[in-house]
Amino acid sequence: MDAKATVLAILEDLTGEDVSGDMNVNLFDTALMDSMDTVQLVLELTNQLDIDIPVSEFDRSQWDTPQKIVDQVEAKLQ
Amino acid sequence: MINVQPYANPMYFVWLVLALIPLMVGLFYGRRLQIYEAILSAAVLVLIFGGNKWHQGVALIVYMIWQVVLVQVYARYRRQHNATWVFIVTVIVSIIPLVLVKLTPAITGGHNSWWGFLGVSYLSFKAVQVIMELRDATIKTMPIWDFVRFLLFFPTVSSGPIDRFRRFQKDYTEAPSQSDYLYMVGKGVHSIFLGLLYKFVLGYLFGSVMLPSVAQAALAQRGAFFGLGLSWPLVGYMYVYSMYLFFDFAGYSLFAVGVSNLMGIDTPVNFNQPFRALNIKDFWNRWHMTLSFWFRDFVFMRTTFFIMKHKLVKNRVHVSQVAYLVNFLIMGFWHGVTWYYIVYGLFHAGAIIINDIWLRYKKRHRKQLPHNRWTQALAIVVTFNVVCFSFLIFSGFLNTLWFTHGMR
Repeated sequence: MDAKATVLAILEDLTGEDVSGDMNVNLFDTALMDSMDTVQLVLELTNQLDIDIPVSEFDRSQWDTPQKIVDQVEAKLQ
Repeated sequence: MINVQPYANPMYFVWLVLALIPLMVGLFYGRRLQIYEAILSAAVLVLIFGGNKWHQGVALIVYMIWQVVLVQVYARYRRQHNATWVFIVTVIVSIIPLVLVKLTPAITGGHNSWWGFLGVSYLSFKAVQVIMELRDATIKTMPIWDFVRFLLFFPTVSSGPIDRFRRFQKDYTEAPSQSDYLYMVGKGVHSIFLGLLYKFVLGYLFGSVMLPSVAQAALAQRGAFFGLGLSWPLVGYMYVYSMYLFFDFAGYSLFAVGVSNLMGIDTPVNFNQPFRALNIKDFWNRWHMTLSFWFRDFVFMRTTFFIMKHKLVKNRVHVSQVAYLVNFLIMGFWHGVTWYYIVYGLFHAGAIIINDIWLRYKKRHRKQLPHNRWTQALAIVVTFNVVCFSFLIFSGFLNTLWFTHGMR
């Protein structure tokens, strides 16, 4: 499974909404996600894609839209 | 020798701005005069921690040596190894001075620790943050002077805002472009003038003019309501104190941000219209923001991460509730080891847990619940009053009211 599909599946699971229609929606400003969801996102990504994301690396401004999350994950996978 | 307390009176700014002129001219031409800045910083620190406060100066020096050695040893260790217990021991050793300073008054009945100094908690936040980022390898090396400069950045040394090392270092190593710097100076001057209004006009009005008289009126009715002292003047005290707390601290924070801006450093802001918050969660995204974000990133998120990774608690909702409790309890203890700071922490933990339950309920019943500007206004009013009540606890006035009879 590719990074984008995995990220979108996890996000749908967490937010209860399909965000693929708006890849640039700000997940925190729109209250779709909070710190708890963030932690779960990191855990799921770590488990499903076998990548390492330390909590310190989670700078909100770099992870606040679906597109940014996909970009970050793709950068990790390379 | 003289002693100067930071931002204590308007003349402080006149002298400070004069001393900053060479640095500002340098920045205007795209250069950071590092040596001048180091000398100026040292001079300001000597003024803050010298004179009759010399023992604080000694405590600061000992503290800095303690942290520098610790961080150097851990950074070296971390290059080859990464044991969890070493990390935990390092964090504990780093906060020992802070714990001693906070515990001493509780144990000795009000005497301050000889090892305390202005800003010890804020320096500890920065040191712990660096250790945590070394652990996560988002910081790989920590040159001694970079570390010392970050910890002792004088505009924020006494009470924050709490910056992050990587952000600070980036500002410090890259002098801003001329247009960016001019914009920054404009922003800085605006912050300083707004801070003057907040701290020396509004903060003074609420804190020094109104507060003593409502306090006296509330104490005069300490027998009211079955001896609990619940009276209208007490309600007045609650609101006046809340206003004082905000304007005094927000004013101070604006000074720190403004002076940082003049020095080409974009120190993060601490307040964003907190009394317009729609709920408690929103409030903590607007009040003492650098502290609350520090707790979010280094306590709350790490606690939830740990609990979920090791599956200590199954239910997701319970995980967040436990983490909120840990988070706000630590925050309460950090303010000081007194019953009212700890109750303040527990109160906010309870408030945010209830808030979360309500938000989940709202999400499920989005269709049935009305949502318009009246419900929004109601949300703001309710949040404001919950917050003001928490500040009444925080103020310690209930302690005076209930437990210090005969104090006149």
